[in-house]
Amino acid sequence: MKINWFKYASPTAFYPLAGRLVPVLFGASLVLILFSLYWGFFETPDRLGGTNPQKEYYRIIFIHVPSAWMSMWLYLVLAAWAAIGLVFNTRLSFMMANAVAPTGAIFTFIALWTGAFWGRPSWGTYWDWDPRLTSELILFFLYIGYIALHSAIDDVRRADRASALLAIVGLVMLPVIFWSINCPDPNQCAALHQRSSLSDIESNILTAMLTMTLAFWIYSFAAAFARLRSIILTREGDSTWVRGVLEREASA
Amino acid sequence: MKARQKRLVFVGLAIAGVGAAASMALSALQSNLSYFFSPTQVAANEHPTDAVFRVGGLVVEDTLKRQEDGLTVRFDVTDNAATVPVSYTGILPDLFGEGQGVVAKGRIGQDGMFYAEEVLAKHDESYMPPEVADTLQTAHVEGVIESTGESVKSGAAAQ
Repeated sequence: MKINWFKYASPTAFYPLAGRLVPVLFGASLVLILFSLYWGFFETPDRLGGTNPQKEYYRIIFIHVPSAWMSMWLYLVLAAWAAIGLVFNTRLSFMMANAVAPTGAIFTFIALWTGAFWGRPSWGTYWDWDPRLTSELILFFLYIGYIALHSAIDDVRRADRASALLAIVGLVMLPVIFWSINCPDPNQCAALHQRSSLSDIESNILTAMLTMTLAFWIYSFAAAFARLRSIILTREGDSTWVRGVLEREASA
Repeated sequence: MKARQKRLVFVGLAIAGVGAAASMALSALQSNLSYFFSPTQVAANEHPTDAVFRVGGLVVEDTLKRQEDGLTVRFDVTDNAATVPVSYTGILPDLFGEGQGVVAKGRIGQDGMFYAEEVLAKHDESYMPPEVADTLQTAHVEGVIESTGESVKSGAAAQ
């Protein structure tokens, strides 16, 4: 049997598929979020020990770390769709990039915001111009810049190409964010933010953190697909199949 | 060359260029941009003399002393090679403590004392409950750690 890999590359075919996936994905992410919140609040220690005696406020890790991971991952997804769109000139890839951007921006904001609330009790300040914090803030501006540039250009095709280039140039920030705290020589990265290491985390804390990451990832799919459906309808508004869809939904 | 292949080369070159820029930015960040100065750098007079900068290191054990006015504290910051005495008036963060990481922002005075305007606590990435840490501590104190085998030893090393 010959599989047609490009079947769902056309908006006409992807629109109904996304419509079927969205409620399933939203449901799955809600279940996982509730599970991770329960596990994070009730199955984990009330405070940490050793040289890192954080009290209850350490629990911000269950939201902070997954959203920081998603902020970087979604930027990679956005830039990949932008690059595919530039090369192959496919309509749906630019729409994908557009649909991912707001979710990425929201996760970046959540990471910065929860980090600030955690920083106040533990470091003693909401904000400091530490390399990690600064580069994550620039990532937030990149997301906002991508969305703003796209909406500033009236011609959609031009807007797609211009903002795709911005997305690719912005890729420069991802390695900077990663290595701002993970450089091979610990003495080289002078940062306020602690290094990231999954090996020195209690297993229940790790469980809640990783399931929350999975939940956020599934949520990202759901939110992006839901947004994609409205982008498809807006952009393909003149075509006959969209009119058919709208008439069917109006009569239903 | 078809138009699509041209675009592929163009995007490929753009991504390669961005990669090169990222690696240059990273090497520049490592050599030039220092978020804080270590006590060794301060001892070698690499710090700015008439500007605010940050000193980072560990608070030396038994050097934390509260002054007569009850608000000013003095402590030494070390990177295990050099130490800098720090004076600070204000409220210390929750996780501040002797033997812990600290980042202080301020100026250095004529007397060689670092007058901090802001003191931030820095700590490690360990997320372990107190029971595990305490058990290791007690085991270490009682000298059991030698006899209980490899697992406890490696756990203690991770602390």
